[in-house]
Amino acid sequence: MAHYWQEINALTMRWVRRLSREKFSMLFTLVQPMLFWLIFFGNLFQRAADTQVMQAPNYISFLAAGVVVMTVLNNGLAGGVDLLFDKENGFLERLMSTPIHRTSVILSRFIFVMAITSMQVLVILGVSYLFGVYPATGILGVATILFIGMMFGVGLTAISMAMAFSVKSHGDFFSVLGFLSLPMIFLSSALVPLTAMPGWMSFLAQFNPMTWAIDAVRPLILSGWAEALPHVGMVVLVMLVFDALCLYGGAKAFRRAMG
Amino acid sequence: MDRTIAIDVSRLCKSYDSHKAVDDLSFQVYAGEIFGLLGPNGAGKSTTLRTLITLLHPTSGRATIMGYDSVREADQVRTVIGYVPQERAIDRFLTGREHLQLLGALYHLTKEEAAKRIGELLKLVELEAHADRPAKTYSGGMKRKLDIACGLLPDPKILFLDEPTLGLDVQSRLRIWEYVRMLKARGMTVVMTTNYLDEADRLCDRLAIIDGGKIKTLGSPAELKIALGGDIVALTLKEANRIPLLESDLIDRPAIKTVKATAKGLDIRVESPEKALPTILESANRLGCDIEFIQYNRPRLDDVFIAHTGRAITESAPEVESE
Repeated sequence: MAHYWQEINALTMRWVRRLSREKFSMLFTLVQPMLFWLIFFGNLFQRAADTQVMQAPNYISFLAAGVVVMTVLNNGLAGGVDLLFDKENGFLERLMSTPIHRTSVILSRFIFVMAITSMQVLVILGVSYLFGVYPATGILGVATILFIGMMFGVGLTAISMAMAFSVKSHGDFFSVLGFLSLPMIFLSSALVPLTAMPGWMSFLAQFNPMTWAIDAVRPLILSGWAEALPHVGMVVLVMLVFDALCLYGGAKAFRRAMG
Repeated sequence: MDRTIAIDVSRLCKSYDSHKAVDDLSFQVYAGEIFGLLGPNGAGKSTTLRTLITLLHPTSGRATIMGYDSVREADQVRTVIGYVPQERAIDRFLTGREHLQLLGALYHLTKEEAAKRIGELLKLVELEAHADRPAKTYSGGMKRKLDIACGLLPDPKILFLDEPTLGLDVQSRLRIWEYVRMLKARGMTVVMTTNYLDEADRLCDRLAIIDGGKIKTLGSPAELKIALGGDIVALTLKEANRIPLLESDLIDRPAIKTVKATAKGLDIRVESPEKALPTILESANRLGCDIEFIQYNRPRLDDVFIAHTGRAITESAPEVESE
């Protein structure tokens, strides 16, 4: 057990070190979602969006929940990228030829991605605060938002890692990634409530786990516990199923790749 | 010779779908030797190596490393081996020292143990001055040195090198060879793959020539060359009518294996040129055969390779025939 911890700690610190060496990239990783979506997109549609339809005081406060979950989505889907490069340049083989527990590398990646995502979510909520969006459920609500984000993130990161272990080239990986990410966002309640969508889109969006996550995060920010709790209970159930499926697929891909 | 067996490979097969990458391979590696797997790209060298370092499970057959089974006792195997991958398996953003520290933790060394060993290794591969720079600033040769230091960090009984000098300049190659010889002198067993004939010839104690997933021949470079029939001394005589006289005189002399008359002289296969040349010259002198030209050919490993695989190593392996 002490060995296991030593391995995970060293491997997680490697991801942290890498990020800290790429200061420029780190800054953009942290800033990009709130800059593009929250500040630009949010303010752009501030007056175009109908607050009656949104059922929110303004568009930014409506959008905040969407941007939080979008960040979880993008970080999760990109979570396997570094393992992909490790696989391609042989670093992964080097790691796997050492007497480490086979799951250490993967677990270190989960820990790292979850930590970075949580930090970003806090930054987004902080910036929203500056635009006058105060989470209705307070600190405990923020903690719940982080928890939901992590539950969603685990499954997404597992999908990403499964892809990293399965694809033949990293070109394939990024094609699939680009193809997955935007439809997931448009076919969810991130930018527009389901009630305001064309019928076929809102129909599809119901099957998007992202919609469930957003529907729980949004009342935590806008309304309060009374309205949020049923959604939070529901999203926990949905995510349990989602994570189980993704982890099962990820474990299978990992076992196939690692012999 | 009774030598300790470090690696025992028995009837190893590895198939991908219908393609047999490794086909019924059996060989042994002795403790303390440099053992080479020589073959063209796609011959099955790397597949064999990856099986030995526990990264691949054989389809059938087995391999034991220091007595441990590569599948059932993979964890024990991993504690006695070091691995230097073929690709530059370097994290560009980490410094040389951080690479070694990371591996130190993965081999479960304490901070003090790791620091001591890392100091020694950096000195060994002459990277002390660059240890705290990110690896992206390293030259190809320096990256290779770091690779090797990483492979040596666990203080392994057996070091596996996958194409250790692929794409390196001449000086760096010679440097790497020096390290490998030094490790052998320290008692380490080294297993390496290569597709450079000169590397196999000059570095390996024994080598297996692999092609199409099968071992074509196995032995020391000298044995393999002798097996081809030894060195050839070709004589051209001034007077062709003297050829039969000299031929009959040289047959059955010590150090001379065969004598064959050619149009202008003789092709003489010899066991060792040092012993045969004086005999040949003495005979020619005594019989009054003036020699116009004398040429000495030593079979090279290229010749061994061609003799066993039917083509030069630079020619790529033929596509797998569909049967």
